[in-house]
Amino acid sequence: MIRLDNVTKVYPDGTEAVREVSLEVDEGELCVLLGPSGCGKTTTMKMINRLIPITGGAIYIDGVDNTMMDENELRRNIGYAIQEIGLFPHMTVRQNIETVPALKGWPKDKRNKRAEELLELVGMDSAEFIDKYPSELSGGQRQRVGVARSLGADPPILLMDEPFGAIDPITRVRLQDEFLKIQREIKKTIMFVTHDIYEAIKMGDKIALMNMGRLVQYDTPANLLYRPRNEFVEDFVGTDRALKGLQLIKVKEVMTGSPPTVGPDEKAETARVRMEREEIDWMAVVNDKGEFLGWIERMEPGKGEIVRQVMKSSTVAATIDAVLNEALSVMLSSRLNIVAVVDSRNRLQGTLSFDAIQNTLAEVTQREKPE
Amino acid sequence: MIEAWEYVVRHPEKVAGWTLDHLQITFVAVGIAIILGVALGVYISGKGRENIADSVLYLAEIAMTVPSLALFGLLMVILNYIGLRTIGFLPAIIALIIYAQLPILRNTYIAVKGVDPAMIEAGRGMGMSENQLLFKVKLPLAVPVIMAGLRNAIVLTIAIAAIAALIGSGGLGVPIFRGLRNARMDLIIVGGVSVAILGLLTDAIMSRVERWVTPRGLKVG
Repeated sequence: MIRLDNVTKVYPDGTEAVREVSLEVDEGELCVLLGPSGCGKTTTMKMINRLIPITGGAIYIDGVDNTMMDENELRRNIGYAIQEIGLFPHMTVRQNIETVPALKGWPKDKRNKRAEELLELVGMDSAEFIDKYPSELSGGQRQRVGVARSLGADPPILLMDEPFGAIDPITRVRLQDEFLKIQREIKKTIMFVTHDIYEAIKMGDKIALMNMGRLVQYDTPANLLYRPRNEFVEDFVGTDRALKGLQLIKVKEVMTGSPPTVGPDEKAETARVRMEREEIDWMAVVNDKGEFLGWIERMEPGKGEIVRQVMKSSTVAATIDAVLNEALSVMLSSRLNIVAVVDSRNRLQGTLSFDAIQNTLAEVTQREKPE
Repeated sequence: MIEAWEYVVRHPEKVAGWTLDHLQITFVAVGIAIILGVALGVYISGKGRENIADSVLYLAEIAMTVPSLALFGLLMVILNYIGLRTIGFLPAIIALIIYAQLPILRNTYIAVKGVDPAMIEAGRGMGMSENQLLFKVKLPLAVPVIMAGLRNAIVLTIAIAAIAALIGSGGLGVPIFRGLRNARMDLIIVGGVSVAILGLLTDAIMSRVERWVTPRGLKVG
């Protein structure tokens, strides 16, 4: 757990970089420090591992004032990931990842095993990459190694300074997704600096929005979007916050469960009668394993013997853990105003309609202005 | 030219002796200069020592501009004053160390100062002590530039060591000056060409060594 208590940084020349910032990051939570450049977010982060000395207030790590701890000991117990440039070019991937374990004096076997595990954890083949040098890796791979290195000695706390900053947007999204997946497993307490609101919304359990050295709003992404505390927050979030909000809501929160289904080998006539009786326009076709095969729409009688002959096959589906903007994108590209929701094994879990998305967004955006 | 070659053929042991002497003073001088130069270079590159660094580098530059003959003369006076031998191996070595120092000192300083601050912060942020930072990050990253300085220093020392023969250090300066005094062209050529060959050879070897000690990750390609 990290607690910032009236943290202030004033430089000798009188510049106030950070002013009375107080916030608390709970164990296992990812807190994003967000703001325009020069807002003090990086300074705030670097005061946690004392790369920048604090001039007022205090920072507590698991209840202990961080200025009471040995500086190097403190840093060895806090993972530190910076932009890809932070990898040591003269060391192999292995040596880079083993930096902190080596400083902590871990035996060689343990270190080596840990490095290999971590490389696999960030999705790289350890046999292939572990003895390579950073200059032999792509930008995305370097960033992965950077994350692996920060996890080297399994620190409970991670500081990440725009760790996915210097790479192309496609790779960045992939790394973000992967990192979220890793975080679900390792549950570190994380302080994450970015200036990218999309990244903040996506990654953060909470977002601390800063401006000119002050903490403007410390809140959940949804509240930041829909309940901006003041004009600055509103401006920073942008006018398209309804769209940004699509990233916040999971498909499973909006979908309709147990849709009407029919098997591919059932009689078409049975399906037709049922749709007429229940006054529905479509049914989902699933096989006996529950896997989604396609759609059958309301039709004239006698157009085919069995469902398989009249159905529209489709593999277009959204996964249940996806966020709304991904589902919406699937929907837009399929020209249907409904999309099947499946689990990771393609088993039908429910459906998501365009109306449902619209209603949800209308609901949250209305919540924003209670007065 | 032919007489010079004949001389080599007739007295190979003499030529070999001068060459070995020459190499010996060169390597002793450079060896000491590396230790002093790197240590001093690292020291003055430290935080808050910018003023010391400026004066040290300035002094070293000045030392470089003093003609070697004059420096030998000056050293004789100084060594005499503190009661040391003014002729022979010792004053020669001291003078050569002073010369070899500058390229090593300057390159070490520039290289260590020039290490990407992001690297240093990464190391510090992971909990490296100042010493660990120096030996694990700064110096390895500085190796290529320091090596270039060292190569420079060696070639420079080989050339100047010839002049040190004037104060009795031995080496390939001996035939050169003897030749000059006695109008013996063959001796002058033997000495001069040998120094040149020695310089070229060591430069070639050093360029290999340079590649060899450069950390693999820092090599281009």
